[in-house]
Amino acid sequence: MQILRKIAVPILAILAFLVVWEALVQINGWPNYVMASPSDLPAAYAQFWELFLIGSWQTLWRTVAGLGLAVVFGLLLGMVMGFSQIMRDALYPLLVGFNAIPKATLVPVLALLFIGQHDFNTVMMAFLISFFPIAVSVGIGLSTLEPEYRDILRSLGASRFTIFRKIALPKTLPEFFGALKVSVTLAFIGTNLVEIVSPHGRGLGALFLSGQTNSNYPLMFAVLIALAVLGIVLYYAVVALERTFAGWAERQAT
Amino acid sequence: MKNLIEIKGVRHSYKTRSGPLPVLDGLDISVPKGEFCAVVGPSGCGKSTLTRLVAGLMKPDAGEVWLDGQKVTSPRKTVGMAFQNPVLLEWRTILDNVILPLEIVAPSMPRRDRVARAEELLEMVGLSGFEAKRPSELSGGMRQRASLCRAIVHKPDVLIMDEPFGALDNFTREDLWQTMRDLRAKEPFTAVLITHDLRESAFLGDQVVVLSGRPARTQYILDIDLPQDRTIDMLYTPIAADMLHILRDQIKIAQGRDPEAA
Repeated sequence: MQILRKIAVPILAILAFLVVWEALVQINGWPNYVMASPSDLPAAYAQFWELFLIGSWQTLWRTVAGLGLAVVFGLLLGMVMGFSQIMRDALYPLLVGFNAIPKATLVPVLALLFIGQHDFNTVMMAFLISFFPIAVSVGIGLSTLEPEYRDILRSLGASRFTIFRKIALPKTLPEFFGALKVSVTLAFIGTNLVEIVSPHGRGLGALFLSGQTNSNYPLMFAVLIALAVLGIVLYYAVVALERTFAGWAERQAT
Repeated sequence: MKNLIEIKGVRHSYKTRSGPLPVLDGLDISVPKGEFCAVVGPSGCGKSTLTRLVAGLMKPDAGEVWLDGQKVTSPRKTVGMAFQNPVLLEWRTILDNVILPLEIVAPSMPRRDRVARAEELLEMVGLSGFEAKRPSELSGGMRQRASLCRAIVHKPDVLIMDEPFGALDNFTREDLWQTMRDLRAKEPFTAVLITHDLRESAFLGDQVVVLSGRPARTQYILDIDLPQDRTIDMLYTPIAADMLHILRDQIKIAQGRDPEAA
């Protein structure tokens, strides 16, 4: 019963969303080139299913690769900032400044730096846009660790690394996964940004662009929906990881 | 008898924005092996600093701390600590929380032996059957019991406790005093207990050290003349009442008040 409800509720919500969308288009009598309706989409998927598969795969792997880099780099940066007040003071303004730059402006920079390396550029963008939340949350998690937690092991002569591995790291996992949920959608945006903006791109973003070039509006909307589905899949992959590694932090509803 | 803990003329101050703030100024405490030393004093008088000094987590500005004939300059494996906050690791079961110190102190000890040792202690404090539970599933008193088990699982020479029962309600606290008493009967350790509860100090302590207000020095030492197998009821006997009176007067003096006043 519980499980059925957990699955049925979101599906019903999505169906309701599609119905409202369809109704809006029908009632207003909007033509395709203003706003496609859900009923236009199956035809688009049927016609271009191969391109959708290829594009989805390209978008997905580059996003995951970028996110993987962001996790490694973000964790390292978070550790450095979490353990050292000096590094925290030094890095925060730089990080905040970097995060404030609209990442679209970096597309041409990357494109010039690594000419023709489309995959690399895309992964880089996914990485650059998504490491910030991870670094900040891990940094804060580590720097706010209560001293007693450290003292339990420190009083036994444990090394800093042991304290990190046994206490600080697991204790920071909930914050880390919270950040990862934000990062996963950001990485996705980064990948698509490059795919859409750069000429001769690949992935779903490029498919969107070609839909635009050919005035195939149902295709464009079909791509948007495919992107949304991919985003949801990635997000829930992170949720599944969180359940596995930080399930202890979940409070039972009382 | 040889003193296991020897604190001699310890002074310590913290750096603050408005200059150094002395917290300890002339602290002398001696605890013979196997004895239980309760330390009381007005709040903010540097009691917690004392625990960190004995544990070797910090060094005093002046004076010396000796443990078992060795001068304390850094943390050592023969110490166990318990705090007011039980600081159990939420991602571990109660059993694995208790085992934690063994992972540091005895890395080669087989898992089977570690589990056996932890189970033995959990049974002594009445937590049998809760081994597989998470800390969040336990009450405050039970968490503190588990925390005590963790503090002594590696058979430390010295158990240092910083107001471990301070956040518990009165009845739970008295339960834990008795648990502590029973643990001592079975596990040999020398204990330093920081507390602000005079009844607690009299029930558990062999000697009670009263610290003066900040900067703290040893103001008064009272030997508790009660048998080892004490009961809570003994706290209501005339002899205990006299001792509690003395301690109360000493605390008033430490607070800079007139002991004769109400």
